[in-house]
Amino acid sequence: MEPDIKTETLDIEGMTCASCASFVEKALSRTPGVQRAMVNFATEKATIDYVPTQATPATLREAVISSGYGVAERAPDTSAAERSADLDRQKAAAYQKLKRRFWVAAGLAVVIMPLSMLMLWPALLAHVNMQGLNYALLLLTLPVLLYSGREFYTSAWNGFRHRAANMDTLIAVGTGAAFLYSLAATVVPGFFTSRGLMPEVYYDTTATIIALILLGKVLEMRAKTQTSAAIKALMGLQARTARLVRPDGQEVDVPIEQVRLGDLVVVRPGEKVATDGILEEGRSAVDEAMLTGESLPVEKTAGDPVFGATLNKTGSFRFRVTKVGADTMLSRIVKLVEEAQGSRAPIQRLADKVSAIFVPTVLVIAILTFVLWFDLAPVATRLPLALVNFVAVLIIACPCALGLATPTAIMVSTGKGAEHGVLIRSAEALEKAHQVTTVLLDKTGTITRGEPAVTDFVALGQDASRVLQVVSAVERQSEHPLAEAVVRYAAAQNTANLVASDFRAIEGKGAAASVEGQAVLIGNQRLLSEEGILLSPELTAQAETLLRAAKTVLYVAVDRQAVAVIGIADTVRETSAAAIWRLQAMGMEVVMMTGDNPQTAAQVAAQVGISRYFAEVLPQDKAGKVKELQAEGRTVAMVGDGINDAPALAQADIGLAIGAGTDVAMEAAGITLMRSDLHGVVTAIELSRQTIRTIRQNLFFAFIYNTLGIPIAAGLLYPVFGWLLSPMLAAGAMALSSVSVLTNSLRLRAFHPRQAS
Amino acid sequence: MDISEILVTLGGISLAALVLWYFFFSTRQTVSAVSAAGGLQEVDITVKGGYAPDVIEVERGKPVQLRFYRDEENSCSEELLIPDFRIRRDLPAFKTTLVELLPQQAGRFSFTCGMGMLRGTLVVK
Repeated sequence: MEPDIKTETLDIEGMTCASCASFVEKALSRTPGVQRAMVNFATEKATIDYVPTQATPATLREAVISSGYGVAERAPDTSAAERSADLDRQKAAAYQKLKRRFWVAAGLAVVIMPLSMLMLWPALLAHVNMQGLNYALLLLTLPVLLYSGREFYTSAWNGFRHRAANMDTLIAVGTGAAFLYSLAATVVPGFFTSRGLMPEVYYDTTATIIALILLGKVLEMRAKTQTSAAIKALMGLQARTARLVRPDGQEVDVPIEQVRLGDLVVVRPGEKVATDGILEEGRSAVDEAMLTGESLPVEKTAGDPVFGATLNKTGSFRFRVTKVGADTMLSRIVKLVEEAQGSRAPIQRLADKVSAIFVPTVLVIAILTFVLWFDLAPVATRLPLALVNFVAVLIIACPCALGLATPTAIMVSTGKGAEHGVLIRSAEALEKAHQVTTVLLDKTGTITRGEPAVTDFVALGQDASRVLQVVSAVERQSEHPLAEAVVRYAAAQNTANLVASDFRAIEGKGAAASVEGQAVLIGNQRLLSEEGILLSPELTAQAETLLRAAKTVLYVAVDRQAVAVIGIADTVRETSAAAIWRLQAMGMEVVMMTGDNPQTAAQVAAQVGISRYFAEVLPQDKAGKVKELQAEGRTVAMVGDGINDAPALAQADIGLAIGAGTDVAMEAAGITLMRSDLHGVVTAIELSRQTIRTIRQNLFFAFIYNTLGIPIAAGLLYPVFGWLLSPMLAAGAMALSSVSVLTNSLRLRAFHPRQAS
Repeated sequence: MDISEILVTLGGISLAALVLWYFFFSTRQTVSAVSAAGGLQEVDITVKGGYAPDVIEVERGKPVQLRFYRDEENSCSEELLIPDFRIRRDLPAFKTTLVELLPQQAGRFSFTCGMGMLRGTLVVK
């Protein structure tokens, strides 16, 4: 006998991402006595089925806590969405604070600047007490340093203790040096004058640098929140409740985490589909744009899969739940995008290496700049010149631009891809896709729909619609795939339903039955010839035409007389030819691969405009064909539906699984196309090309900026042109550099797949 | 060359050498993960201008839980990246963020802040 199973729901605390949820789930599943554990990240609830004799709520709680998470005593007040809103609030508060710090710095800098410039007018200067002015400037600069710039110094110090140096280190050392020098010149001017130096102060430099760097940070922070907007929008899509149908037929609204596999859920027009399942009753059009990017609503009838978070448009329906929580399509998409955003693009490797040694290297360059200026400049001006150039080098160097160049572009474009039904598995896949020179398309399920459909129905000398009624009555009883194609065709023609009796399947040949007293035979030519039924010359001619077009032909006889032939073929998707043309127009060669005979292959290839194809390829040889193309020096994108072509997808330089793919395909493919449409391949490659272009621009800019900026700030052009870079200008350049990179990445948000013409 | 030039030159060069040694060649603090019940390897990491500890040793094939406590508001450390494990996470200030991973291969894997300035290494044995 089945042991009693109890169910417990726990509110989990501390989960920050989808993978935490699966971690808790695993921890619970390993606990003795647990039959099944399911953790929903979005609602932060764990639902556990357990055997009461082996486990108790306390042991379950224990298991969660020992896996490092907390269990709330009561329902948590915050859901994942609210918590992410909390994080947003925290960020918004930080942004406000940053803005305040900027305005304080900017406001004071505006006062400090003209005061410092008094010395440019000697006549005016004569009336002012230098000493007093310097103290006034010191007082004005202190708040800039201690309030606005405080974070730079604490961060630099914290980093220093960890033997880490970051951008703040450079700013802290630069502004700190300028300030301390000025402080000394203010407090002990005698020390300078006794050595023949003017006790100059650099309060304006200090304040302006801090104000400008903060301005850069404000702009950067504002732009950064937009890079991850797409994934946030995706996460917010999940339905909160579901309307369950109880076994007694009563309908109740329950929170989404109480929905179990096998439950029956009702969806009314205008409502969100609660979770993934199979439609059982009713029909409707569902807007799946949020998952697939397909803008037209998709017709759904009994047997069709429906997905959580999609929007029911017209009708009501009931569906049986097949996936919940982390297994749903939406959760998997979010997880995939999250993972892609956490991965590293190979193109970034050099920037990463440079970033790692950047700050200490700049510190060393700045120190050497100071030494050289001190040694080479005239004695009277050597100290101020050495100081100014030392500060300029520290301030102009911008590691941020390097660090932001690649990841921001990847964040924006993976999110953008998901919006258009193109799921990118990793930054590497995104990068690979732009190098593709050859696109290898699997025929069945990729170029074609992958299911047989009636293309020709020819009834000679008879009432065609009557023949179709009879045929569909017989075929409805059959389970053969070709019969299903005929039934679908008849349904599409709105054929009236007749009833067939005495149905008999004739193995490998066809079927027989009687409809309204007439004996009906449907099958291949052998069936008819064995029954001694002759074909009229017209029908024979029709059949031959169909056979030449590489179609499968069914013959129909009513009352021992051949009356019709039916042509059946796997049909080419309407979008295939246009998409292939677009790929070719983008400069790629498109090659087809199929298990069909050369005749059928040639037929389909010609239909979609492909000139090179491989026919009669056995499933196990598909990966070999990819290798063959690679051996020709091509970078190959393999597109397949993931059914028996997973090895080929993996072998290709980049694999694209089409049509929401099977789980296997999603694993093997670098890119998954949610829509069964080859235009997705074009979108993926266009997106990749645009992203890589953006990254290249960013990296080029970041490298050039630093390799030109640092030597100029060091005074390299001084001997030739007499140019020196003011540290304040350096601060302006630095503030703009990282913002430019970010803004360039955000341009990718405007990406829109070009419509097929 | 006067005496102050000589002093500045010598001082500058030794300071530069000190910077290079301090940031690149000095020995780092290494910490091994503590294995808890159930084979979970746990490590507490404080994020404050860097990662402490910043070299973490774990065993291969056992789940690892890194507990990042971000002890500052400075935006430099707000993001955590572990590219080899495809992890990108926001670290809220003054909160502990748990990061789980399962190291399958031995090797050295770096974890960094969003811009790659702050660095740590996960050593899988």
